[in-house]
Amino acid sequence: MAQTLFRTPLHDRHVALGARMVPFAGWEMPVQYAGVIPEHKAVRADAGVFDVSHMGEFEVEGPRASELLQATLSNDLEKIGPGEAQYTLLTNDRGGIIDDLIAYRLDEFRYLLIVNAANREVDFAWLKEREIPGSDLRDVSDEYGLLAVQGPRALERLGLPEAKQFTFAEGQIDGIECMVNRTGYTGEAGCELLVMAEDAPALWDSVLERGAGPCGLGARDTLRLEASLPLHGNDITQETDAISAGLGWCCDPDKEFSGAQELRELKARGPERKLVSFVMEEKAVPRQGMPIEGGGEVTSGTHSPMLDRGIGMGYVPVASAAPDTELAIDVRGNSRRARIVKRPIYKREE
Amino acid sequence: MTASESYPDDLKYHKEHDWARIEGDEAVLGITWFAQDALGELVHYEPPNEGDTIARDSAYGEVESVKAVSDVIAPLSGEVLEVNAKVVDEPETVNDDPYGDGWLIRIRLGDPSEADALLDVAAYKQVVAES
Repeated sequence: MAQTLFRTPLHDRHVALGARMVPFAGWEMPVQYAGVIPEHKAVRADAGVFDVSHMGEFEVEGPRASELLQATLSNDLEKIGPGEAQYTLLTNDRGGIIDDLIAYRLDEFRYLLIVNAANREVDFAWLKEREIPGSDLRDVSDEYGLLAVQGPRALERLGLPEAKQFTFAEGQIDGIECMVNRTGYTGEAGCELLVMAEDAPALWDSVLERGAGPCGLGARDTLRLEASLPLHGNDITQETDAISAGLGWCCDPDKEFSGAQELRELKARGPERKLVSFVMEEKAVPRQGMPIEGGGEVTSGTHSPMLDRGIGMGYVPVASAAPDTELAIDVRGNSRRARIVKRPIYKREE
Repeated sequence: MTASESYPDDLKYHKEHDWARIEGDEAVLGITWFAQDALGELVHYEPPNEGDTIARDSAYGEVESVKAVSDVIAPLSGEVLEVNAKVVDEPETVNDDPYGDGWLIRIRLGDPSEADALLDVAAYKQVVAES
């Protein structure tokens, strides 16, 4: 069935740069410009910029906004004040992960949620159904563009001072107003710039002018996997839970939210399997869905540009989930050796 | 550096984006510029073993990029005489030089008359145009 793909405010910029455009979560997005590997290395060595305007933004406002979000999100929002942000999960009644997202506390009674593009509608419907008088939820995604500027020189190139991770502030880049979020999905320093949609092309131009190279979704995936950051839809889903995924740290056991009791019970009895990161010891690229011998499955896999090896994540039985454990992955009928590593898979030596 | 688009006149082509350079009763096989461009930077080449027999229109190996894996289809049948070890070690050689240093295997032809069924450059360019 033919379906019209959404376009970000930067679509024309991508086409002009010769990007290869692909459908992703209902959007027409750049997967690469020069190539996944050079883009990836630019982010590890210097700075790169990603158009992530396809991500969803919700505003939740009102005297009972906290109450709505405390009852639906896994992390404790009372830990953050205005100007701070928090990684958290939207969980279903079984403790499964509807989405992972970042909540930004704009002020006492107002929050911004930045959610995955593929889950925007599901998330919104879930929250809307649970809205209570005094909490007003709005999907404001179409009003904004979002640029992730990542890399060891990202802040220097943007002329921004260092700041604590998971904080944010109003700011300007070359006179263009934006919200500067100290967040990212690459394992590098940097920030994400939330900008009014109509200002997004000018901001993109400024960021490129300042020396960040354009990077596509291909490099975004290899970077996040090297950093062992899970991708919703691959490594975490409605059928997987935070405890098995190693995300118990962002689930507050002392508060009530959807699935909290199920997660407490699971934690008490211990999960059957765990999400692990691994590096291939033989030449092969693991891919999503490949069986791991002994019971398990690859949930994400790629070629690591920094290690020049196959890397991945997958669920394995708890008994064989410790770092240094050898795994055998069924790569289209051939058994290939891999080894479980501590997260992250790749970290630059300082 | 990635090669720019080209399809040499002296090669025979298969519609699955493979090429053959026929040299007497042997042939050198590889993938076309179009194929490597569609895949992106290659990061893995899974070759056949020397001595294996490969069959026309069937997969004899795999090439893999960061994003995707693809079977390599044999344009001709034969016995594998040599695997390009340089591509095994440095798969990106295929992106740099798909018709030269980026060749994949050398075979002894099983049935030289099969070559008659392959596409010439004009016919293959038509396949590319329609892809």
